[in-house]
Amino acid sequence: MDSIIILTYFVLAVFVGFEVVSKVSSTLHTPLMSGANAIHGIILVGAIIVAGHADSPGILILALLAVLMATINLVGGFVVTDRMLEMFAVKKKPSEGQAK
Amino acid sequence: MSAITPEVEALLYLFAAVAFILALKGLSSPKSARRGNIIGAVGALVGIVTVFLAEELKNVGWILLVIGLGTLLSVPASRMVKMTQMPQLVALFNGVGGGAAAVVALLELQAADTLGFLIAVAFTVFIGSVSFSGSVITFAKLQEMMTTRPVIFKGQQYVMILLTIASLAGAVLVVLDGNFLVATLLLAAGLVMGVLVVLPVGGADVPIVISLLNAMTGLAVAASGLVLNNTLLLVGGTLVGASGTILTRAMALAMGRSVTNTVFGAFKGGSTAGSTEVSDRPVKSGSPEDVAILLGYAQRVIVVPGYGLAVAQAQHTMYELAKALEDKGIEVVFGIHPVAGRMPGHMNVLLAEANVPYEVLQEMDEVNPQFKTADVCLVVGANDVVNPAAKTTPGSPIYGMPILDAGLAKQVVFLKRSMRPGFAGIENELLYEPNTTLLFGDAKESLGKVLTAVKAI
Repeated sequence: MDSIIILTYFVLAVFVGFEVVSKVSSTLHTPLMSGANAIHGIILVGAIIVAGHADSPGILILALLAVLMATINLVGGFVVTDRMLEMFAVKKKPSEGQAK
Repeated sequence: MSAITPEVEALLYLFAAVAFILALKGLSSPKSARRGNIIGAVGALVGIVTVFLAEELKNVGWILLVIGLGTLLSVPASRMVKMTQMPQLVALFNGVGGGAAAVVALLELQAADTLGFLIAVAFTVFIGSVSFSGSVITFAKLQEMMTTRPVIFKGQQYVMILLTIASLAGAVLVVLDGNFLVATLLLAAGLVMGVLVVLPVGGADVPIVISLLNAMTGLAVAASGLVLNNTLLLVGGTLVGASGTILTRAMALAMGRSVTNTVFGAFKGGSTAGSTEVSDRPVKSGSPEDVAILLGYAQRVIVVPGYGLAVAQAQHTMYELAKALEDKGIEVVFGIHPVAGRMPGHMNVLLAEANVPYEVLQEMDEVNPQFKTADVCLVVGANDVVNPAAKTTPGSPIYGMPILDAGLAKQVVFLKRSMRPGFAGIENELLYEPNTTLLFGDAKESLGKVLTAVKAI
C-alpha cells in the first residue's frame, strides 16, 4: 500500500473513533470498553495470515499461539459484552413499564 | 489460487470496517448497545471468512483446529464468569489480544523490508507485549491473587527509565538491522515494562488502566495492519485506539482523576500512595445493633453502594437487608454514583444480578434532591463519591467531581473497612460530622450482623 493512503486511512479512522464515542453515558463505559476490546480481536485475521504462510514447525507453533490468543480475545470479547448488555436489558424493562 | 479477486476482498474488508464503526456507535447508547455488539461480531466473522477466501493459506486444518479450541475455551468462560469478576476477564481478553499482535509482528519481521514496516514491527512487538503483561498484572490485582495496593520498590523509577532507554535502543536496532533475536529481546523488555507500569497502580484505578491498555492493544493491532498490508486490521485497530483513548479520559474524568496521575501518581506520592495514611481525629463508631436501631426506626433510607461493596461481594446481603427494612414499611432506595463499583456502570450490573429491582436504583441526579428528606443514608464501601470536598475544597484532587449529597440526610452511617481515605487519598469531612456513625469491618460481615439485628427489633 502507498504510505500516503495508509496515513489517510489512519487519520480518518482516528477521527471516526473519536467521534463515535464522544457522547457516551458513564453507565455504558464498561460495555463499550468491552466491545472495543472484542473488536481488536480482529488481529485474528493477522494471526491466520502468519500461520497460513508459516514454513517451519517452530514458526507455525508460534503463529498458532497467536491464533489461539486472538480467538480468545475476539470470541470471548463479543460473548462477554453481550452478557453484560443482557443484564442491562433485563434491568431496563420494569422502568419503561413504570414510565408508561 | 485465491477464491476471490482483490476487489471483492477489499469490499468485504470495507464491509467489516463499517460494521466495526456501527458497533462502536451502537454501544454508545443504551437502546442500540446489544444490537451494536452483534453487528461488530458479524463484521469480525466477515473479516475472518474473507481472509480464508482471499489468501493462499497452508496449515488450514491446524488453524481451524486452534480457532475451535480458542472458542471452546473462551465461550464457557464468558458465559459462566460471575459478574463481579467480569472486569478481570475483560482485562485478560485484552491481554491475549495484545500478545497475539506482538507475536504476529515478531513473525512478520523477516518479511518486513521498508523503514515504515520495520518501525511498525518494533512498535507492535513492544506495545503488544506491554499490553499483555500489564493486563496479566491487572487480572491478578482484580482477582486478588496479589495485593490491590500500589506496589513500588526502591529505585523503581530508575529501573523504568533504564528499561525505556534500553527498549528504545532495541527498537532502533530492530528497525536498522531487522534482527530477530533483538526483536525477541524487545518483546521481553515490553513484558517487564508492562509489569512495572501496572504494579504502582492502586486497585480503584485499575479500570482506567484496563481501558488504557485496551487502547494500546488497538494501536498495536493497527500497526500490525501496516506490517501485513491489511486495511481491516489498520482501520479496526485505529478505531479501538482512538475510541479507547477518549473512553479512558472520560472514565478518569468521571472518577475525578487524570490519566497521568493514575499511572504515575504512586511515584509522586501525592494521590493513590497517600491513601494509606490514617487520621487520628475522633469519630463516632457504633455497633451493628446501633446501626440496626437507626435503620429500623427510620422512614426513608438511601443506600449508597460503592467499591467496598463490590470488593466484599456483599450485594446479595445488601439486598436482603433492604428487603428486611421494606418489610418493616421503611422506604429504601439505592443512590448509584456513575463510577460506583469497579468500573463505571459496574454497580448497576452487580445490583441487577443480585435481583435488586430496577425501580429502587436511582441515578445521581434523581436521588440527590431526596437526601434532604431521608432519615438515614447508609454508605456501604463508598467514600470519595460522597466527599463534600468535591464541592467545598478547590485544589482537592476530586474538586469538581459530581457527588451524592449524603451529608444532607439526618443521619449518615458509613460501613468501612478502616479509617483509610478512599482512592483519591483525601480526608472525608463527612466522617467527623456529629450525625455520622461508623461501623468498621468487612462490608459483607457488617451487613450480615446489621441484618440479624434489624430482624431482632
